[in-house]
Amino acid sequence: MQKHDPQLLLQHSPILRHDKTTPGVMLDVLLALSPVTIASIWLFGLSAIVVLAACISGAALTEYFFTPTSKRRRILLDGSGLTTGLLLGLTLPPALPAWMAFLGGVVAIGLGKIIWGGLGSNLFNPALVGRAFLLATFPNAMTTWVEPAGSFWNLPSSTLSLPFTLDELDAVSGATPLGLMKFEQQGTPFLELFLGNTAGSLGETSGLLLILGAAYLLLRGDMDWRIPVGILLTAMLFSGALSLVDPTVYPTPLFSVFSGGLLLGALFMATDPVTSPSTPTGAWLFAIGIGVLVILIRVFGGLPEGVMYAILLMNAASPLIERFTQPRVFGYDREDSS
Amino acid sequence: MNLPNPFSFLERGFSHGVHPPHLKSQTEDRQIQRMPFVAEYVMPLNQHLGVPSKAVVEAGQSVQRGELIAEPGGFVSVALHSPVTGRVKAIADFRAADGNFSTGIQIEADNYSTQAIDANEPIDWQSLSTEAFIAEIQKAGIVGMGGAAFPAHVKFSIPDGSRIRHLLINGAECEPYLTNDHRLMMENSDELFRGAEIIRQKLGAEDTVIGVELNKPLAIQILRQRLPSGQPVRIVPLEVKYPQGAEKMLIKAVYGREVPAGRLPRDVQVNVNNVSTVVAIANYFEKAMPLIERVITLSGPGVTYPANLIVPLGTPIREVLAFCGGLREETREVVMGGPMMGRPVSSLDAPVVKGSSGILAMTEAGLLQKKEYPCIRCGRCVEVCPYFLNPARLARLSRVRRYEEMKGYHVMDCVECGCCTYSCPSAIPIVQLIRTGKDHLRRIKEPG
Repeated sequence: MQKHDPQLLLQHSPILRHDKTTPGVMLDVLLALSPVTIASIWLFGLSAIVVLAACISGAALTEYFFTPTSKRRRILLDGSGLTTGLLLGLTLPPALPAWMAFLGGVVAIGLGKIIWGGLGSNLFNPALVGRAFLLATFPNAMTTWVEPAGSFWNLPSSTLSLPFTLDELDAVSGATPLGLMKFEQQGTPFLELFLGNTAGSLGETSGLLLILGAAYLLLRGDMDWRIPVGILLTAMLFSGALSLVDPTVYPTPLFSVFSGGLLLGALFMATDPVTSPSTPTGAWLFAIGIGVLVILIRVFGGLPEGVMYAILLMNAASPLIERFTQPRVFGYDREDSS
Repeated sequence: MNLPNPFSFLERGFSHGVHPPHLKSQTEDRQIQRMPFVAEYVMPLNQHLGVPSKAVVEAGQSVQRGELIAEPGGFVSVALHSPVTGRVKAIADFRAADGNFSTGIQIEADNYSTQAIDANEPIDWQSLSTEAFIAEIQKAGIVGMGGAAFPAHVKFSIPDGSRIRHLLINGAECEPYLTNDHRLMMENSDELFRGAEIIRQKLGAEDTVIGVELNKPLAIQILRQRLPSGQPVRIVPLEVKYPQGAEKMLIKAVYGREVPAGRLPRDVQVNVNNVSTVVAIANYFEKAMPLIERVITLSGPGVTYPANLIVPLGTPIREVLAFCGGLREETREVVMGGPMMGRPVSSLDAPVVKGSSGILAMTEAGLLQKKEYPCIRCGRCVEVCPYFLNPARLARLSRVRRYEEMKGYHVMDCVECGCCTYSCPSAIPIVQLIRTGKDHLRRIKEPG
């Protein structure tokens, strides 16, 4: 027998824990976004690196300076600021001036997350709050798109312009498939949409890589499959019905899904657990709402793209949806468990 | 990576729940051994749920192994018997596993006794009326041995107007590490069948089902081979999932019925008993041996020689650990029961009691301490809760002490299985916060 008893902990059961951690979830999201990120650098060159880095540093610095000193080290390690910065960057036009991207990162974390009370307390998706701010503040720069450059050393002069100096963007501008569709009723071949060789935001162009990343998240159990499936099915059904009415004006379902930011939004933005309902029925309602709003805005609104506003609107409805979709408790009839 | 089993819908189970690692390989192949007698024993008077027993012996008195030392203190209470032949040393307050003191009977073993039980005449159970049978169970000191230690005879007391149609034997053993029920089903299958038949006949049930998780194929095979002919008994293999052994989950898995909230299994005409309890009942009627010993699993990375042991009740945990080679230096926590629902042991002097199914010694590596992060509302706890509660919301309310509001979210239906805490990536102590809320609500309900 031992000479002395070991000092025993009194940790309460369950003492077994699943090995998944919150920083682990964030790391999975970053890994899932890496193919798209690499593709955006491949397509848009150096300017993509500059814009993404500006967003991430804006997000990380804000997170760092607006956190109590004692928690600073930990807050950066949890990886959620990094994820927000990268997601924001991927929704921006490649030729956006870097200082704007940086400001977007600051707003995303500052107004999108910190003032709500930090990780887990925010109502709206922080990356989309940042993007909405940029779109409202710099509408010109945020809607100037360039065709993929095909050269790594591509760096439009606008990217590095000094703050508040730029009025005109001098990049070779191209129209996004959605813009072409909306304003000129001109389609884009499906294969180009699928592989991503079109004008658009950094991360929204390649459907294939976005789906690959999402598949990884699903396998790791980090994503509620109901949300992307619900959004994409609703969008396809809705736009399918419209294109049956008049195929010359309204886009086909496949075009609707693979153009613009719908895939990026449905797979990586709407699935943000903090801002979506955690009940299964709630997730379906949330997804259907986004799908309907996206097509409504795209087809009947003044803008070519509506994913951002659709998700932000449904974010606002999410707590209410969750409240009314609490599951039936075991051993109760459906009526008396609500 | 723990991929879900795509064919699990073919197996009998319930919705939600988690799949912790089984961790049973250390002991599942080890035969049950009898632990030798030690110098001193302590029998706490409140080792079952309900009213404490009343001591009927005095300090200095000699007692025989199996002799009555405390009577039931009321209806929801059972008798206690001496686990050893010897002398009552004291009736005083002794340290229990949870760190509190509680009254117990300390017995010093007689070094020269053979420790044989005097009266081992079988009891003629067939001629007993149901009431007499229930009284015998209370006299034998038998409680539910799966962990709750609820007096068995109370479960067998069926109010007029209702009846039991199905007897369900719980051999799920869904807690990781534990193998005591597994070994008992393999080594004492005949006693198990005989005990089940006694209960079935006395309750007037139509049939018996023994539910066993599929990760115990040997137990299922042996039980099927030794199935007694002429008895309405079936073996039902169950999906491997925690908490399969929770009474209401087991009923859902076997009969597909939900026990209404706040009601008991008897409201769906089922009576559920643990494997160990059934074997204890067989031992009492066949060998007149009251509940004075039980099988426990000693396991975990901190135990030198893991084992399945027959341990006399009242044996200090320290002695059981010493018999298995003592604790390893790196042991950080000792747990009584399974790792999901067991209780931390605060003193190694505390005794093994009727509800102890295992003693686990955990090391740093086995404990896997995670750093706590804010809730990211990922919904994992909602997805695993077998009662379909919203654990994250309950935890949030408990943190800000809004206990009354927790009632509206059915906190009292929580069975504290711990699936939520197990699966939380932010390492929030969800079930612990829920327990706080439940304790608070119970305290304000009882005046004073």
